Amino acid sequence: MSSRPMARIRINGSAVEVACAPERILLDLLREDLNLTGTKRGCDLGTCGCCTVWLDGRPVLSCLMLARLADGHEVTTIEGVTPANGLSSVQKAFVELGATQCGFCTPGFVMTATALLRDRPGATREEIERAISGNLCRCTGFLKIVDAIQAAAKEPA
Amino acid sequence: MAEAHTPPYRLIGGRIPYIEGPLKVTGRAEYTDDIRRPGQLVARLLRSPWPHARLRSIDVSRAKAMPGVAAVMTGEKYPTPFGVLPITHDETAIAVGKVRYIGDIVAAVAAVDEATADRALRAIVVDVEPLPEYTDPRTGTEKVAEPIHARGLNGTNIQKEVVQHFGDVDAAFAKAHASVRVRGNFAGVTHAFTEPMATIAEATPDGRLTVWSATQVPHYLHRALSEVLGIPMHRIRVIKPEVGGGFGGKSDPLPHEIICAALSIETGRPVKLLFDREDVFVTNHGRHPTQNDVRIAVDRDGKILAYDIEALIDGGAWSSFGTVTTYYNGVLSMGPYRVPNFRYRGRRVYTTKPPSGAMRAHGGTNIRYSVELALDDLAERLQIDPFDLRERNALPPHSTTVNQFRITSTSFVKCLHAARERSGWDAKFRQLPYGKGVGLGCGFYISGSNSPIHFTPKMPQCTVHLKADMDGGIAVHCMQADIGQGSNTLLAMIVAEVVGVDLDRLHVVRVDSDVSPVDIGSYSSRVTFMMGNAARQAAESLRDQLVRAAGRITGYPPEKLEVGHEKISVRHRPDVSVSYLEALHGAMERTGALLATGAYTSPPMGGDFKGARAGTAPAYSFAAYVAQVDVDVETGIYRVEKVWAAFDCGRALNRLAVEGQIEGSIHMGLGQLMGEAMNYRGSRLMNPSLLEYKIPMPQQMPEVECLLVGDDDPEGPFGGKEAGEGPLIATLPAAGNALYDAVGVRFHDLPITPEKVVRGIELRHQAGRPWKGDG
Repeated sequence: MSSRPMARIRINGSAVEVACAPERILLDLLREDLNLTGTKRGCDLGTCGCCTVWLDGRPVLSCLMLARLADGHEVTTIEGVTPANGLSSVQKAFVELGATQCGFCTPGFVMTATALLRDRPGATREEIERAISGNLCRCTGFLKIVDAIQAAAKEPA
Repeated sequence: MAEAHTPPYRLIGGRIPYIEGPLKVTGRAEYTDDIRRPGQLVARLLRSPWPHARLRSIDVSRAKAMPGVAAVMTGEKYPTPFGVLPITHDETAIAVGKVRYIGDIVAAVAAVDEATADRALRAIVVDVEPLPEYTDPRTGTEKVAEPIHARGLNGTNIQKEVVQHFGDVDAAFAKAHASVRVRGNFAGVTHAFTEPMATIAEATPDGRLTVWSATQVPHYLHRALSEVLGIPMHRIRVIKPEVGGGFGGKSDPLPHEIICAALSIETGRPVKLLFDREDVFVTNHGRHPTQNDVRIAVDRDGKILAYDIEALIDGGAWSSFGTVTTYYNGVLSMGPYRVPNFRYRGRRVYTTKPPSGAMRAHGGTNIRYSVELALDDLAERLQIDPFDLRERNALPPHSTTVNQFRITSTSFVKCLHAARERSGWDAKFRQLPYGKGVGLGCGFYISGSNSPIHFTPKMPQCTVHLKADMDGGIAVHCMQADIGQGSNTLLAMIVAEVVGVDLDRLHVVRVDSDVSPVDIGSYSSRVTFMMGNAARQAAESLRDQLVRAAGRITGYPPEKLEVGHEKISVRHRPDVSVSYLEALHGAMERTGALLATGAYTSPPMGGDFKGARAGTAPAYSFAAYVAQVDVDVETGIYRVEKVWAAFDCGRALNRLAVEGQIEGSIHMGLGQLMGEAMNYRGSRLMNPSLLEYKIPMPQQMPEVECLLVGDDDPEGPFGGKEAGEGPLIATLPAAGNALYDAVGVRFHDLPITPEKVVRGIELRHQAGRPWKGDG
C-alpha cells in the first residue's frame, strides 16, 4: 500500500497530494479518499453524467477517468463551484425554477451548465440542450432544467 | 375554534421551491452512499448466471478463508419468506433451494473492501441442476414440468388470476351499434432512477439494528427486516436519507436491504451495500410486459355499453405487487368513463426473468393505451369527434362505478374543454398535412390506495407529529418518503399555512423510525392526499393551542381571534394582536414545548365481492391530453412537438411541483412510447445499462402546456389530489392517437420504433388505404 504512487492535483483551488493506485478512478478518489461526496455515482459507465466534474475547467465524467491522469491538473467539483455563502446564479435558478427534484443528477447538471455559461454566456435553448445531453435526469423531463440555465444566463454570475 | 381556512392562501397554490433545494444544488444533500460509518465493511452479491436451476451445493469455504473476508452468507441462514404483499410472500433474502432468474442472489460477502469482496465471490463454487426456462407467459398458463414457484395455480406458473364480471357483457355486445377489438403487446420498461440502490446497516452491542436505505417505503422495509431477521420492530431503526428517485422501484422491501442487515448482525460491524447499474436493471420491478385484448361496445351515439378485457401479464420471478397489478389492469381501465357492463380476466404468470412490480402509474398505463386507441377508433367509425365521444361518456361527480368505486370530485369535462380549446383541436384534427397529427388521450388514477396492506383499515395510513419549542421553530415528524416529488415541501407548506408562520420556521425532520410516526410511504400516489390531511389536522391542533394562549393574553375569546401572518389578531380589531412568538411562549407556560398530532384514516369503501378493495381510493385524478406529432414518413423518425396536459389534481397545492410531476411524467411516458424496452433474449436481459436502455434526450422533449383546471376535492387537503402518477397515463395514448392522425396507422404495440412506423405505412399502402392525400 505504501508503494502507491502519489498524485498531485489541484482540487477546488487547493493543492492536494494523495496516494493513488494506477487503476484508481477519479470518482472514487474524490468520493472515497477525499470525501467530496457532492459528486454522485450513477452508473460507473459514463452514461448518466451524475459524476461530472471539471478538469482544467472542462466538464469530464469522473467515472471514466483514471485519477492519475489528473496529476498536475486542476479538478473542480460541485464543492468548488459553490460560493462560501449562498448559491451561484445557476444554483439559485435551479432551486427557484424547480429544476431539481430528487436532486441526484443535479450536481452534474450544475457543473455542465456552469461551464457552458462561462464559455457561452448567451447560450441558446438548442445549445443548452446539446450541452446537457450527456446528463440524465429522470424526474423533470429536462424542461425546467433548460429554463433554469437560460434564466441563469441572464443573471450576473 | 378559529375559522376554517378559505382562499386566498398565503402558500397553498403558489410556486414554492423545494425547501431542500439549496442542499441538492450544492451536493450537500445526503444520500445513502454519502454516509460512512466507522469501520464499515463492503458487501457484494453473487448473482445467478442461470435462469432457473436447483442449487445442489454451494461451497463457500475458500471464500470464507480469504484474508479480509468477514462473512459469507447463503440462503439457509434467513430462509423466512417475505414480499411486499402479505398474501404473496414468495421471496427470500438469498435464494433457497433454487434460483429463478439471471441475477437472483446466490450468496453474499462482507469484506474490508470491494476488491476483496469481489475476489471472495469468485471463490464461491456453486453446483446446480439446470431447470427449464420459462420466458413466454402463455406457456406458463398450462401445466409445466417444473413450476417456478410451488404456489403457481395447479402446477402452472400462474401467480394470480382475476376474473370479474359486472352487468351482462354478452347482452351488451349483442345489442351494440358498433364494437372494436384492440390487441396490444407491451414491452417491459423500468424506472431508471439516477441513484442506484444503497443500504447501510449497523448492528450495535445494545441489541439494536440501524438501517439507512434508499427506499420509498421505510415502513414496509421496517416490517420485512423484522420478519426475516426475527428482531422485533422496536429494536430496528430505519432511516431514509435523501432518495435519488424511485418511481416504484424502491417500494418493495428488497433482498439486498435484508442481506446488508444480516451481514452486519453476523460481523458486528457496519456494512454498506451499493448497487451498480446492472444490479439496478436486473432487480427491475418495473412495468410488466403485458398482452392486452380489449373489446369495447358502444351504442349509436357513442355511449359505451361494455368492456370485455383479457390480459396476460409477464410477472418475472417473483410476485412483488403483482396481485395488485393483475386487478389494476382491469379495474383502472374504466374511469374516467361510465362503463355499465364490464368483464375482465387477468392472469399474471411467473417467468424466469427479473421480477416486474410497481412503476409510476402502476397497472393503469398499458391498459389505458389499448382502451384509448379503441375509443379513438370507435369515434372515427361513428364519425364522432374524439372529444365529444369522451364527454358523452364522462363519469359524473359524486357517482359510483359498476364495480363500486366511489367517485367524488371529477373535473374531467373541464379537462376536455381546456385541452380542446388550448390545442386548437377543431382546426387541426384530420386537417394537418400528411405526416403531422394531433391525438387525444385521457387518464384516471387513484389518489392513494384505500388499503393499508399490512394492518386494519381502521388504523391511520399516516400520522404527523409537530413540536414547537422556545426557538419558535416547528419540527415536523412523519414517515412519508420524499423521493423528489416534493412531499417535504408540501408538509412544511401546509403546517406553515395553517399556523400562519413563515416557511423557514418549519423543519421537516429526516425520516427515522425512532421518531417519525408511521406513514406507509410513497406509492399509489397517496402522500399529498393522506399526509396532507394528517398534516393539516396536526397543524390545526397546534394553531388552536396558540389561539387559546392569544385569547388569555388579549382577554378576547378564541372565537373572536384570527390567525394572520406570524400573528394572531382580534377580528375587526387589527390593532389588537399578539405575535406568533408571544402566543407560542404564552402557550408553553407550565407545559413546555407544544406537541400536536394529526392522522389520516381513509373512509370505508368498496363493494362486497372478492377483490372489491383493489383500486378503491378516497379520490381520483383525471386527465385529458392532446399531443401533436411530426413524422418523417421516409425514416419513421417522429417527434412529439407539443403536449397540452389538462389535469385534474383538485387544487394544485404547489404549482411548481405539480408542473414538475407532469413534465417528468410526460418524459417517462414518451420514453415507453418511443423506445424504452427491457429487451430479453430468452431469459437474459440484453440491455442492462443506461446506454442501451433508450431514455429520451432533452432534444426529444416536447413543449408542455400544463392546464391545471381541477376543482377542489371535498376530502383532499385544501382540495388537493394526486399529481404524481396520473399525469403519465394520458401521454401515451395522446401521442399514439396523434400518430394515427399523422400517418393513418394504429400502432397497438409499444414501443413504437421508427422501423415500426415505416412498416406500418407500408402495410397501409399495401392494403390500399390512402390517408390525407398519401396513396
